[in-house]
Amino acid sequence: MSKSTLTRRGVLRSGAVAGAGVALPTIFTSSPASAFTNEPTGDTVTLGFNVPQTGPYADEGADELRAFELAVEHLNGGGDGGMLQTFSSKVLDGTGILGKKVTYVTGDTQTKSDAARATAKSMIEKDGAVMISGGSSSGVAVAVQGLCQEAGVIFMAGLTHSNDTTGKDKKANGFRHFFNAYMSAAALAPVLSKLYGNDRRAYHLTADYTWGWTQQESIAAATEAPGWQTVENVLTPLAQTDFSSYIAPVLNSGADVLVLNHYGGNMVNSLTNAVQFGLREKQVNGKNFEIVVPLYSELMAKGAGKNIAGIVGSQNWDWKLENEKGAKYAGTNAFVKSFGEKFGFPPSQAAQTCYAQTLLYADAVTRAGSFNPCAVGEALQDFAFDGLGNGPTTYRASDHQCFKDVLVVRGAENPEDEYHLVEIIEVTPVEQVTYDAEHPMFAGGNLGSCNAGV
Amino acid sequence: MDAIILQILNGLDKGSAYALIALGLTLIFGTLGVVNFAHGALFMIGAFCAVTLNRILTLSHQVLDESRKDFLGNPLKVDVPYVTEWFGDQAGAAIIDWAVPLAILFSIPVMILIGVIMERGLIKHFYRRPHADQILVTFGLAIVLQEIIKYFYGANPIPTPAPDVFRGSFDFGVLLGFDPNVIIYPYWRLVYFAFAALIIGGVFAFLQFTTFGMVVRAGMADRETVGLLGINIDRRFTIMFGLAAAVAGLAGVMYAPINSPNYHMGMDFLVLSFVVVVVGGMGSLPGAVLAGFVLGILESFASMNEIKSILPGIDQIIIYLVAIIILLTRPRGLMGRKGVMED
Repeated sequence: MSKSTLTRRGVLRSGAVAGAGVALPTIFTSSPASAFTNEPTGDTVTLGFNVPQTGPYADEGADELRAFELAVEHLNGGGDGGMLQTFSSKVLDGTGILGKKVTYVTGDTQTKSDAARATAKSMIEKDGAVMISGGSSSGVAVAVQGLCQEAGVIFMAGLTHSNDTTGKDKKANGFRHFFNAYMSAAALAPVLSKLYGNDRRAYHLTADYTWGWTQQESIAAATEAPGWQTVENVLTPLAQTDFSSYIAPVLNSGADVLVLNHYGGNMVNSLTNAVQFGLREKQVNGKNFEIVVPLYSELMAKGAGKNIAGIVGSQNWDWKLENEKGAKYAGTNAFVKSFGEKFGFPPSQAAQTCYAQTLLYADAVTRAGSFNPCAVGEALQDFAFDGLGNGPTTYRASDHQCFKDVLVVRGAENPEDEYHLVEIIEVTPVEQVTYDAEHPMFAGGNLGSCNAGV
Repeated sequence: MDAIILQILNGLDKGSAYALIALGLTLIFGTLGVVNFAHGALFMIGAFCAVTLNRILTLSHQVLDESRKDFLGNPLKVDVPYVTEWFGDQAGAAIIDWAVPLAILFSIPVMILIGVIMERGLIKHFYRRPHADQILVTFGLAIVLQEIIKYFYGANPIPTPAPDVFRGSFDFGVLLGFDPNVIIYPYWRLVYFAFAALIIGGVFAFLQFTTFGMVVRAGMADRETVGLLGINIDRRFTIMFGLAAAVAGLAGVMYAPINSPNYHMGMDFLVLSFVVVVVGGMGSLPGAVLAGFVLGILESFASMNEIKSILPGIDQIIIYLVAIIILLTRPRGLMGRKGVMED
């Protein structure tokens, strides 16, 4: 016969031990420590918008900031909702992201990689940003993308056009909505052949950093295929303001086309110098001398003034797209209306890509049900969407590059007003600009695996 | 040969800007003994005088054009400049077109006033302080001026075109017997060079042939003695500071069509202009002008593909390389020995 040894104290002690044992797994899984970098714990979530507010790309940076501000307003239920109304995914309801109100911090990249890394680092470490967006220089984008990968936050690239961003420098935590140099060249080359013939000699001036190099490589390869020759490629420093000493040798080079692989303030100055030197009026090899600016924007067209007339280039998007090319590009008019009513002028392509990236991030978080960058990344990979102004678009999983139609545009000869500075002359279908993920121009990198940080 | 002539021409406009800025720097250093790091900012403000006058002349009111639509589909608001209303379409358009040359008149009083305020308000307190203090305070002032311009005009370059008659380029080679289209040079850059030559000549004539200039030169040589003669040399030096500011400002006004003005353009020229002053010989006005043109032309040559293929990156360092060589061989610069300062 057994004798019971139960006492009041013994029962209490055993109960405490047993309770602790049962609760043990919960203690480990529900630790108050963050499961990933900057996991939002309050009723707000902070996004970091890192754009050039000074330097040669300051124009684009200012417009990017306007777009971010508008996107945050729409995500929080303000304004008319813009492209939330046209976006094919319907999970965003204007209550912030996963019920948290969206706040944001901004930084000035100064168009310098080290300054951009410093501001992004501060946004992540001091402000608790869970996602960084922005750009305008591929050198900056590549540097900040690397930092975000190390820190364990998502980088939704803004304006970055170098092949390297989703090529040799691609990262699992980085995603690019904007098109790239290869796509520009693939869209432009057939149009250039049609306009100027296949027997052309091209002289390239190229911004001396990742974007310029890949832009030049892409456009040279695409134009040489039908028969163009590349006479010379001269690298120019990003900080250069007067390009006259680079333009002067073009006159005697035997070239009949000048390709300006420049962007922003650099392009405004180099094109102005080229026109000052009379290149547009020149005849070489029995042909009219032509100038090509492979990457274009309305902001640059405005900066270059009358010099832009007749110059051909490519764009990721244009505010006139839906009106001129139809409902396939739905979202364009909704965005132009929101942006135009708030700021008094139409948005640039830099603004559209940054706005779209912010919505895409919010949408991915909502679909994933988590701010964890690995969950967000998974939600974005191979995500096919529509209604953000570019037509049907896909985020390719293998390199995190968006694929969509590319515009070929030309500077208007007689613009009807200051907003109609470029004319859309062709929309190149996505199939024509899509390339294999293993294409040599994009080789050498490794996407790696996502980093959730802490 | 044609390439060499082209690069010489090409170096002239850059050299003109260097020479004009260096001339003003030397005037200030020669008269007041101040190393003025805010001088590039004065060049930048001059360019923004052209921008400002352009904006004044294009001040408009809006008229609704019901027959046209804006980007949002609303009736288009058309800007009608007051100038065209007051003077008629043709005359008004011509006035707007000539905004940059007109800005010369506008900028002279503005720049003199800025220069005098700068000297009386701030710089005079640093006359007896070490050069390091002067550099710090004027550099700080340059940043303040830059930020003010950035606040009001933004960070982006602002296109400020030359009059239509000076747009396009001139076939210089045909004059020299070359084939057409071999040596082409923009009209406005020739205008800039001629304007710089005029200003430089004017400053030298002013110092050489006027009583005011003679007193200033005497003051530069021996300030105390001139003061003992009962001449208020300080007031004359203040006026010289204003004139130096006006020279920098005029250089900026005329440079505006060459490269669209931006708030940072002064800094881009400042460091190079100091190198020019040192190479020319501190305090030597002819030295500053000579070094300005020589270094501008050398920089242009260094950017030739033939030279860069042998010495990559030489275009970025040529000015500093030449400065090192000259200072090693002639520590007082090209004309430091017999400069105006030391006559």
